[in-house]
Amino acid sequence: MIPLVSESQRLREQYRKEAGLEDVWAALEQIKDPEIPVISIWDLGILQEVEQQGERIKVVITPTYSGCPAMHEITRDIRQVLEQAGYAQVEVVSRLSPAWTTDWMTSEGRKRLIEYGIAAPVGCAADGSETPIACPLCGSEEVTKISEFGSTACKALFQCKECQEPFDYFKCI
Amino acid sequence: MNQNVNKQALFNYVLALGDDAITMGHRLSEWCRNAPFLEEDLAIGNVALDFIGRAQMFYQYAAELDDQGRSEDDLAFLRDCRDFRNLLIYELPKGDFAFTMVRQMIVDLFNMEFLEQLTKSSDERLSAIAGKCIKESRYHLRRSHDWVLRLGDGTEESHERAQRALVDIWGYTPELFMVDESEQQLVQAGIAVDRAALMSVWDNRVGQILTEAKLQKPEDSWKVEGGRRGVHTEHLGHMLSELQFLQRAYPGLQW
Repeated sequence: MIPLVSESQRLREQYRKEAGLEDVWAALEQIKDPEIPVISIWDLGILQEVEQQGERIKVVITPTYSGCPAMHEITRDIRQVLEQAGYAQVEVVSRLSPAWTTDWMTSEGRKRLIEYGIAAPVGCAADGSETPIACPLCGSEEVTKISEFGSTACKALFQCKECQEPFDYFKCI
Repeated sequence: MNQNVNKQALFNYVLALGDDAITMGHRLSEWCRNAPFLEEDLAIGNVALDFIGRAQMFYQYAAELDDQGRSEDDLAFLRDCRDFRNLLIYELPKGDFAFTMVRQMIVDLFNMEFLEQLTKSSDERLSAIAGKCIKESRYHLRRSHDWVLRLGDGTEESHERAQRALVDIWGYTPELFMVDESEQQLVQAGIAVDRAALMSVWDNRVGQILTEAKLQKPEDSWKVEGGRRGVHTEHLGHMLSELQFLQRAYPGLQW
């Protein structure tokens, strides 16, 4: 399979490359999603922009699901991590538009999800294309959906017909 | 247009959309640990969270527009029944599982059309909120549509309950498409959605789903309205007494 990066994700990566402040990005990349502690907020597509304005660091994030309780924790973690890195003034801006999409998940993020036992989003939300979902444990594409919602809003529940294991699928939105 | 009138109208509009979302979210949350089986319990809980998150986005915006300086939490927890502006369909008790799913399908279908139009609002904030919510509504509808098919075209009892739910809800649906004076101002300014114009598409799509589910579309023989004027069913007060309990009993309490 050819790894494809969506256009919006390409722009996001380009922004990061040109933004400088590498120590800030590196510090922020330590922050993991509290409910999926193997994936960083960068790899999940939440972290968008970092900007220095004098003494102040402005961090722009895009919330995932409207009611996701993890967003509060993530905002708190951002302040904490940057304060520890020596930035006393931190502004966290939550930006709604363009709305968060799984197209922004990095290939590193997808790999980590699968290792953790969660099937990564497949296809591209922007053009509606779909690729078959594979079992994260045995790789079989013979799977069946059990429920539209799994343990959190971002996941659906599937079962593999090959190895019989139930698994979470990170929905493509 | 008078700028002040416009700001008050926008506040009313955003607040009402927040009220719609919080009442729906709360009703769904009442299924938590009561749903027919575990997966469904998780699903309803997650949909409830989406609506509560939606309410938060609208209330945050309303709080910024409010000339009384109330916070988003004040708007949610410290207003009384008559100050709530939600449409009545959202506050109706959760009923049985058939009632919950039939209502959900009806409002999900409505929200798909409504949010699609709201993304085109000249108000950037509303357009951004709508762009985010519509993705979730698409997902909600997939599930509520599936359930209505399963219940309507299921056993004799599930069919009967789904049909009864439909009859009980039907008279609350016209209110989804009513536009009051304050809202009309905003429609003309390109900010609000012209709800009345969504009626025929919604009606068609509901009709298709009901036919597919072997359910009969009720006659338009009665209707109730009043939510946008603060005139509610007897159920809202009971709901608020639970929803607002903590802030009423322990003012200013935080997690």
